[in-house]
Amino acid sequence: MDGLVTRAGGWLGLTLLAFVMAALAVDAPFAVHMIIVALACLAMLWATVTRADYGALARGILKMPADQGVYDDDPIRWGVIATLFWGVAGMAAGLFIALQLAFPALNLGLEYTTFGRLRPLHTSAVIFAFGGNALIATSFYVVQRTCRARLAFPKLARFVFWGYQLFIVLAATGYLMGVTAAKEYAEPEWYVDLWLTIVWVAYLVVFVGTIVRRREPHIYVANWFYLSFIVTIAMLHIVNNLSMPASIFGSKSYAAFAGVQDALTQWWYGHNAVGFFLTAGFLAMMYYFVPKQAERPVYSYRLSIIHFWSLIFLYIWAGPHHLHYTALPDWAQTLGMVFSVILWMPSWGGMINGLMTLNGAWDKIRTDPIIRMMVMALAFYGMSTFEGPMMSIKWVNSMSHYTDWTIGHVHSGALGWNGMITFAAVYYLVPRLWGRERLYSLRMVNWHFWLATVGIVFYAASMWVAGIMQGLMWREYGADGYLVYSFVESVAAMHPMYLIRAAGGAMYLAGFLIMVVNVWATLGGRVRAEKPMTETPYNAAADRPLAPVPAE
Amino acid sequence: MTYNDLRHFADSWGLLAMTLLFLTLIAWPFRPSARARNDEAANMIFREDEHG
Repeated sequence: MDGLVTRAGGWLGLTLLAFVMAALAVDAPFAVHMIIVALACLAMLWATVTRADYGALARGILKMPADQGVYDDDPIRWGVIATLFWGVAGMAAGLFIALQLAFPALNLGLEYTTFGRLRPLHTSAVIFAFGGNALIATSFYVVQRTCRARLAFPKLARFVFWGYQLFIVLAATGYLMGVTAAKEYAEPEWYVDLWLTIVWVAYLVVFVGTIVRRREPHIYVANWFYLSFIVTIAMLHIVNNLSMPASIFGSKSYAAFAGVQDALTQWWYGHNAVGFFLTAGFLAMMYYFVPKQAERPVYSYRLSIIHFWSLIFLYIWAGPHHLHYTALPDWAQTLGMVFSVILWMPSWGGMINGLMTLNGAWDKIRTDPIIRMMVMALAFYGMSTFEGPMMSIKWVNSMSHYTDWTIGHVHSGALGWNGMITFAAVYYLVPRLWGRERLYSLRMVNWHFWLATVGIVFYAASMWVAGIMQGLMWREYGADGYLVYSFVESVAAMHPMYLIRAAGGAMYLAGFLIMVVNVWATLGGRVRAEKPMTETPYNAAADRPLAPVPAE
Repeated sequence: MTYNDLRHFADSWGLLAMTLLFLTLIAWPFRPSARARNDEAANMIFREDEHG
């Protein structure tokens, strides 16, 4: 009882503190954020006092199996749901801003819905909310299975999940209200950054704690990738966000670095967020779910270790390629370019390792749409890890930089690699986590696959054309030495490409909505009566020896 | 210890140490006795799996 009173009192105290912070706030967005924090604390207070079994309630609503099983899977089930929820939000925001570029009237004349505020909402929602929840959920799943141990610190694991959702809500609402640190992929302001640091350290503790409790002599390679992702993101996040708040009751802060040092820090962060969040973390998924779905061990375990150490040692140097032809010293630009080009090899080593895992089971591409998604994910991993090093070469970059080619490159990686491998992992997880015989519909997975693939092709192809056109128009000199095109002419020329890109994005989102329906029906325990993906042709009448023909 | 000292260390002994560490780490799984361990690790995810 004393414990209950203490905990309830603690939550009440935090609620009041948040309200005081809201009252003292020097700007409105900070007050709104503190009220959100106060409401979160109130929810925790309510949960503590009523002492209802919220786990059981959630299991009832989400139709989770009552049997808790050997492994601690509840945070993983929540994570899968959160992945789908934020995925819809983030991709819909992306489609909306794509349409804004084609039809500027869609900015709606409101400050909250301008492109500048919705764009970080889109990038953070798809990378950190959709991708981040998928990474946290799959890492908790994989680390338990490969260590044959339950999650260490189950309460801390639940804190990681809910704390991360609070981070997402604070970040997203902040962007809409114009709160931004103005750093690419690190827009949240200082107090949200501090909160994420706490959540992330808790995540590290749960993950490492589970590895320490493992019942296996070897730490499976997927866990190496997950661990490098968690550790490196912690380091990047802290250094990149070093800043001084203008007021501890306000949402504005000033970065610790200035000028070219700030630029280099931001892209050291930005490129390694790509390298360790969007690459290492999702490779961890690849190294577990591809072998499991293919029912074959990874092609070469040694290659997976080379892949790992090469990414660790090489990726961290590649960031300066975002700053070609800027105030950054020339040698640093060249260093970034050289390491980016070197990265091509280990990346393709990893892609080959994933693809060759299917060696001897290539027929599964025809019969299993989940394997098909994984193969497409690896193909896009290969394509974007070739395209990236190529674009980092200064000569190419002088044309491609600041154009929509970059946007196309990012999306072939994000939609093709991160999206597809996440979809495949979620399709793998859902029947297992909810104890279902199979997914509601494999044919819907197939529809999802084709809509997503064709959508990416429209997206990437239109952005290649748009980017190269932009780059060439910007640098076109006439005989008299003047630029041939004004900037606005290049914008007008982009219109058809923007329409094609939005169409591609709409197809990708449509495929994702099919996935949401499919997962929802699977949770409900329904199984769609449908023709199997493959049939064995057999004609009993024809399967006979030739009848002897009587002589005449 | 100035910036310049650090910079010279980084492109001499620091670079050498990083290179040797990297080469050791990627050579490590190629030692002959590692073959069995690698096979064992690669197949570990399929052993006695209650989730199929």
